[in-house]
Amino acid sequence: MAEVTEKPQSQDIIAPGYTFGTVTDQIATVVLTKKTPVFWFAGITVGLVLLFFFLWSVVLLLGKGVGIWGIRVPVMWGFAITNFVWWIGIGHAGTLISAILLLLNQQWRNSINRFAEAMTLFAVACAGMFPLLHLGRPWLFYWLFPYPNTMNVQPQFRSPLVWDVFAVSTYATVSALFWFVGLMPDLATLRDRAQNRFARFAYGLLAMGWRGSARHWSVYETATLLLAGLATPLVLSVHTVVSFDFTIAIVPGWHSTFFPPYFVAGAIYSGFAMVLALAIPLRKVYGLEGLITDKHLDNCGKVMLATGLIVAYSYILETFTAWYSGNVFEEAAIWHRMTGPYAAAYWSLLTCNIVAPNFLWFKRVRSSPVLLFLSSIVVLIGMWLERFVIIVSSLAQDFLPSSWGLFHATRWDWATYLGTIGLFLFLFFLFIRLLPMISIFEVRTLLPQAKVEEEVGK
Amino acid sequence: MNKPIYGLMAEFDNPTALVNAARAVRERGFRKIDAYSPFPIEELSEALHLHKNKLPLIVLIGGICGGFTGYLLQYYVTVFHFPLNIGGRPLHSWPSYIVITFELTILFAALSAVLGLLALCGLPMPYHPAFNVPRFALASRNRFFLCIESTDPLFDHDRTIEMLEALGPREVSEVAH
Repeated sequence: MAEVTEKPQSQDIIAPGYTFGTVTDQIATVVLTKKTPVFWFAGITVGLVLLFFFLWSVVLLLGKGVGIWGIRVPVMWGFAITNFVWWIGIGHAGTLISAILLLLNQQWRNSINRFAEAMTLFAVACAGMFPLLHLGRPWLFYWLFPYPNTMNVQPQFRSPLVWDVFAVSTYATVSALFWFVGLMPDLATLRDRAQNRFARFAYGLLAMGWRGSARHWSVYETATLLLAGLATPLVLSVHTVVSFDFTIAIVPGWHSTFFPPYFVAGAIYSGFAMVLALAIPLRKVYGLEGLITDKHLDNCGKVMLATGLIVAYSYILETFTAWYSGNVFEEAAIWHRMTGPYAAAYWSLLTCNIVAPNFLWFKRVRSSPVLLFLSSIVVLIGMWLERFVIIVSSLAQDFLPSSWGLFHATRWDWATYLGTIGLFLFLFFLFIRLLPMISIFEVRTLLPQAKVEEEVGK
Repeated sequence: MNKPIYGLMAEFDNPTALVNAARAVRERGFRKIDAYSPFPIEELSEALHLHKNKLPLIVLIGGICGGFTGYLLQYYVTVFHFPLNIGGRPLHSWPSYIVITFELTILFAALSAVLGLLALCGLPMPYHPAFNVPRFALASRNRFFLCIESTDPLFDHDRTIEMLEALGPREVSEVAH
């Protein structure tokens, strides 16, 4: 019976020759060593410099208001919402890897899920900044939540913007919980291996007394499965709700029913691009090619190709629907995108998102980390442009030509955007220095020694 | 020797040995046993008969509570507390409640999954006698441990050591309280 239900497992998920001990040591040493690689200092410095851009622009924004950005009537969403959608989308790959691939029993996920989940958390943190700052008075953000108040007003629950608050805050909470539950056994490993007293105390506190008891593991496995089962519909719902921010409005170019699947596919597309953009340099610098193998990169490349094709199909469908609807405003919206003031952005996004992923059909491209890295950067740029074009071009030219107006990004738009990239890098580099970037216990289960050899007849 | 101990712990090299030992000890009638491993082993849960736990029920209840909270919150606010007449549409506009009801269902279910996990495992637990065994630090690396607690009715210090030694462990040690 056991043979029938088990998936045939390809041998090259992890390089041969590893033992429980060496796997543990290799991953834990990155954290527990006293020597920090130069790469890490370089990375966190870049992150910190950009983070100061962010802090600077936020201080200015709090002092002067959102007018420091280029948002002017009619384009009131500009970079802020573009960046929000882009960052949230990037986060989705982490949940896909940790939850959906877990349910599908894809064991190759085990060596990339940890840092992909961390990426999710930090991307959601960056994403969350934009709607908050865009509020105008960010210090009143708690008005978004229904709480008994002396003003006697409540949020409008029929508004997709309020749904978004609930969806994104639930997503952030559940991702953080899932991540922490996954970390517990590895924190116990760090606690048991740390030499430094403070490190032992800190990891011990976080591990909460985890001791690998079989009773605990059995509950733990149930919990992981349940959380994965909950996170799967959640992640699909989050970008669906984000797309509702657009589709529920009647602006031409936004008001269409295929936005939810289109947005979810785009989210996973850009997220896998980010996973590759992080994994390829990391495994090189830390010598983790035996754990994050070419097989992983190849699989990520395939997921990127598949979601890229869905996104390409959506672009075609978007254009087709506009024409087939016979609606002058829809037709005009697409026509403006193709030939209007944002035509350059539109055609570049098509090049980045449709032409570039097709190189991933070739095994030679997928097996070359350098080419994969470059294609992931191209996809990240393309997806950012896609969000920008959808938001800005539709708002700039809607129904009445008399109310048209173009968006011009200011330097503070760019500073805030680059600043959140800095925030992301800063948090990510802290994470790889302080926590194991690969799930140690899940990699142990991938080793051939982890299989229990049953005695026949027992 | 005279001081009461928590139990006896045997250390094994690989998961197969641990599963076989756990099975053997359970067949002898011991019930107060626990096994420790650096990763989850399905066969071990079977050997120790650990298949059922209450977590799915806790999560189900949490999810249902979350769903009701979400729906009733919106119903109360939009119909009674802060009614807004928009284009004469019904105040009880249930289709627009779906998203938040769904999100709160997931949120409550996930919170109860994590809190339930901690509660069922008795965590956080800063102290446990198992940590008194110096080699137990390897339970989170590459060693597998089986512990028989002294509160088991069949526990007898010398005979239990003998039995554990017969299972071919690397080492058998006492676990102090």
